[in-house]
Amino acid sequence: MSTEPPESAVPPPTGAGESSPAPTRRTFIATTTAVGGAVVAGGVIGGPLLSDPEAVAAQAPPTSRVSLTVNGTRRTATVDNRTSLLDLLREHFGLTGAKKGCNAGACGACTVLVDGHRVNSCLTLAVRLEGAEVTTIEGLAEGDRLHPLQQAFIDQDAFQCGYCTPGQIVSGVGCIKEGHTGSPEEIREWMSGNICRCGCYVKIVRAVEQTAGRK
Amino acid sequence: MHPFSYTRVSDTREAVDAGRRGGRYIAGGTTLVDLMRETVERPETLVDITGLPLGEITATERGGLRIGALVTMSEAAAHAKVRTLYPVVSEALELSASAQLRNMATIGGNIMQRTRCTYFRDVTADCNKRDPGSGCAALHGVNRTHAILGTSGACVATHPSDVAVAFAALEARVHLLGPDGTRRVPFSDFLLRPGSTPQREQALLKGELITAVEIPALPRPLRSGYLKVRDRQSYEFALTSAAVALHIRGGVIREARVAAGGVGTVPWKLPAVERHLVGERPSGALWSAAAAKASDGARPLQHNRFKVELLKRTVERQLRVVGGTK
Repeated sequence: MSTEPPESAVPPPTGAGESSPAPTRRTFIATTTAVGGAVVAGGVIGGPLLSDPEAVAAQAPPTSRVSLTVNGTRRTATVDNRTSLLDLLREHFGLTGAKKGCNAGACGACTVLVDGHRVNSCLTLAVRLEGAEVTTIEGLAEGDRLHPLQQAFIDQDAFQCGYCTPGQIVSGVGCIKEGHTGSPEEIREWMSGNICRCGCYVKIVRAVEQTAGRK
Repeated sequence: MHPFSYTRVSDTREAVDAGRRGGRYIAGGTTLVDLMRETVERPETLVDITGLPLGEITATERGGLRIGALVTMSEAAAHAKVRTLYPVVSEALELSASAQLRNMATIGGNIMQRTRCTYFRDVTADCNKRDPGSGCAALHGVNRTHAILGTSGACVATHPSDVAVAFAALEARVHLLGPDGTRRVPFSDFLLRPGSTPQREQALLKGELITAVEIPALPRPLRSGYLKVRDRQSYEFALTSAAVALHIRGGVIREARVAAGGVGTVPWKLPAVERHLVGERPSGALWSAAAAKASDGARPLQHNRFKVELLKRTVERQLRVVGGTK
């Protein structure tokens, strides 16, 4: 399974240590990987292989500039062309809700909406999203008011470890929007792109049913 | 993933120019990006074709259907004309992949998708398709999911697409645009059996771009459907599958179109089964006798002998479902 990349460019969480002195799991990981990354980077820069600045430039992988809207906010970034939307969200924008499970389009943990359609962000090259509108799990609630499906996951107790949950919820939002909620069987089939290792499927189906029924 | 340059094109001529210069087309990217991450695919330039005007489904003047190469799998599956005229196509699409992947992947990309053979995807394994001349690790390896039809000593990998099986059954044609103009290739000639050159998978010339898949008109009424047998109920590739379309009038089968998936190195048309059906009256005995020919010529490997019988049963069941007689 995935790990936090050592060179993780997670921006320093804003406000950490100011309004909230207690370190969260996220700020702790970001801080420690930043320290680890500095040590590794020092080793590489000091090495003989990349000492010539021209050689470094010649080997620099192609990058592109991309502007897109994420959860209603216009964002611009310059990315290595190989960057996935998932890595753009997590490592450039600090939106760590979408999860890296398989990184191969097989588990659904990275599901986000692009222009209203649910997709696997791990298989989406960020460079291709010029002008796109992306919605992640972070963009579903309205202020402190949870999205009805987020509330339904709590009401139905539809998760255990929670790792797949952001992908399940975003996928469920897509499933409801597409209208594939006619029966528990139909929900199961149309939610099959989201794997839950804890096996919370019965309650996930109930949460989707609950939310679809309210509409 | 190896570094690559990226370019976006907005008209088909520009695309073909970029393709002719060695650029690799990317549409949905669901196969390509995955294989690039595994370094199985190492394109130097990606040509993003999603801005091209190839996203329409139109009725042809002859009564068939033309599906643009950039129509997504979910759009095609949900399209009213596809659902009413060719249920076998919409069913094959909806039994493929996941809702997320179907929102991304396109019809053109679907028929271009590469095999799921684990040795092909593992760059440390011998694979003639990925590295010609290196050998085939699947031939004497774990080959439970591999092909029993159309194989060669060089490659036994299956073609993974479902909708390609429906297209093969319906005798669709692939519309291509290349540096020298347009041409239409029968589906059965588009995907190539491995022979001694398994690295060559489609009858595409350099720079050629798929612009559409055209399903020909078939006599009406036409009943059709797709059955997929797999290790789990959803979100899995086929062990076996059957695409069936029947034109029955006056109680007699006048036309039959049958193809199988999960068993061939390409979607496997079953002309012997079709011939057995035409001119006959639907009956349980007919379905059984016709399906008995489905595995003709099969050459099973150590771990996939079960597919020989499973294929016959898959075809028989789908003939019964579509033909409507017990």
